[in-house]
Amino acid sequence: MLEPLVFYTLAVLIVALGILVITARSAVHSVLFLVGDFLLIAALYVTLNAEFLAVIQIMVYAGGIVVLYLFVVMLVSLKHAPELHADSRRLGVIGMVLALVVLVELVAIAYVSSTRSAGATVTRAVQSFPVGVQGGNTEELGWVLYTDYLIPFELVSMLLLVAMVGAIVLAKRSL
Amino acid sequence: MIDSLLVPLLKIAVLLNAVLVTVTFLVLMERKVIAWAQSRLGPMRVGPHGILQALADPIKLILKEDITPARADRWVFTLAPIMSLVPALVVFSVIPFGFDPLFYISDINVGLLFIVAVTSIGVYGIILGGWASNSKYPLLASLRASAQLISYEIAVTITLVSMVLTSGTLNLLGIVEAQRDAGVWFGFVQPVALMLVFIGGLAETNRMPFDLPEAETELTGGFHTEYSGMRFSLFFLAEYANIIVISAVVAIMFFGGWMAPFPNVSAFSFFQIIPGWIWLVWKMFLVLYVFIWLRATLPRYRYDQLMNLGWKTLIPIALVNLVVTGIVKVVF
Amino acid sequence: MLEITPLHYTLLSASLFMVGVIGVLVRRNIIIIFMSIELILNAVNINLVALAHQFGNLSGQVFAVFIIAVAAAEAAVGLGILLAFYRNKESVNIDEMTIMRW
Repeated sequence: MLEPLVFYTLAVLIVALGILVITARSAVHSVLFLVGDFLLIAALYVTLNAEFLAVIQIMVYAGGIVVLYLFVVMLVSLKHAPELHADSRRLGVIGMVLALVVLVELVAIAYVSSTRSAGATVTRAVQSFPVGVQGGNTEELGWVLYTDYLIPFELVSMLLLVAMVGAIVLAKRSL
Repeated sequence: MIDSLLVPLLKIAVLLNAVLVTVTFLVLMERKVIAWAQSRLGPMRVGPHGILQALADPIKLILKEDITPARADRWVFTLAPIMSLVPALVVFSVIPFGFDPLFYISDINVGLLFIVAVTSIGVYGIILGGWASNSKYPLLASLRASAQLISYEIAVTITLVSMVLTSGTLNLLGIVEAQRDAGVWFGFVQPVALMLVFIGGLAETNRMPFDLPEAETELTGGFHTEYSGMRFSLFFLAEYANIIVISAVVAIMFFGGWMAPFPNVSAFSFFQIIPGWIWLVWKMFLVLYVFIWLRATLPRYRYDQLMNLGWKTLIPIALVNLVVTGIVKVVF
Repeated sequence: MLEITPLHYTLLSASLFMVGVIGVLVRRNIIIIFMSIELILNAVNINLVALAHQFGNLSGQVFAVFIIAVAAAEAAVGLGILLAFYRNKESVNIDEMTIMRW
């Protein structure tokens, strides 16, 4: 009884905050609704037994990326008035139609695949960590990340290094 | 079902009360200690030796007039102190005061990471407080304060990773258990990490010598210039609650938490009479005393010196500490 | 309706995805467009984590961790480009970012 209640509350709030993000008039309000959205998505991950991912979502997304967006919004609106920035929505109708087409396609795929028997083609992938791992989600994720997915892990760290250098070079006034 | 709902609520009520009362007395303690360091007496009028000053300050703040600046964004102006206080108090839900389930509200497997994540949400209160005041000086001060906070967060997080390597778990109860099994407090095993977390904690909570963004002589009082009355008191509470959180984390990770010193030496067995949580509170107050002592003693860092220290000194030291910890863990 | 299956999570993910796509297509402020892209990435993450929970396979969570890391890198570089552009053109309206068009 508790689980559907939690899920439906979180789902409704997540989608409602998402709609508020794209329809808020002031950019700072959009950023604040985005923070709330990310915190609720982290709560959703906790209900899915992915507590390490939830904390990473709060730390990186809500506490890092959105702070960056907030900084840029404040720097950009220092010169102009905070609310205005005439947002000409002349392509609004076409945009909505295309988005509705995407939604219909996704819902169709979801329904068709859920009615098909799910167990036949998906097998449990071989995991290389020992069976008696007790540390919960964090330790299991650590084992998988450092044994099966080591090469993507190293590549992502190189990608982050390159992105760091790139962002500094792009945003500096004089090199 | 009622039982599993009522007991945590009771624990939360007790803990929140304890924290908020501690904050008011911490303000008084700070004024007294700084006064004694400067050869004067501090607040002496209200109550015997000024004890009731802790009650007078909140009453004054509550009764003040509530002013909102003209053309300030009213919703964000009210939201900013709330976004500063709530993360500072939420962190207390994972700080344990003993091994028994009575002494903590929740025991999660990623406790240390949870503390880091939730304190990084506290940055929003500072940024929004400065922005929503619709005034130049608070905006500049809030940008400086938030840049300082996120810079020192990096050094503290890397140091906490090396502490996780030492203790083998992210769980705060597990860290104290690891200190009990190893027989030595981690403050002696990793002194560099202790210094880094301490200095990083000073910078993250905007305390001396890193309190440039909120000093009265710089930038007219920082990001909470335009706040008065109840809203200012929320910022104030948030800052001191953050200090208590940092001292609790330092006490648990480096000073053995709620364990008495020398548990195996029979000459000191009278230490065991004092319950565990009193030991933790005593250690926390020791760390808080050092915080206040530093405020009374050291001059303030200039902003560029502060950022140089964070990026060019603390982060390399934290990385070297991490590598050395990893090597020692593998070799021994 | 009362039991939560992965289909529920997929539908939630699809609706959040659609909200993000509408944001990208309709809004003209480029920062709002970037934030809508983050919404799209989060919708995909929800789907991955829900299916990882269903099949007991941690690959979904690993993929979600990598998506979070790549989104951080993309946000940093994208906002760097935006700042460089803003310094030249003084506008964040995407209709005016036409320098490289013919």
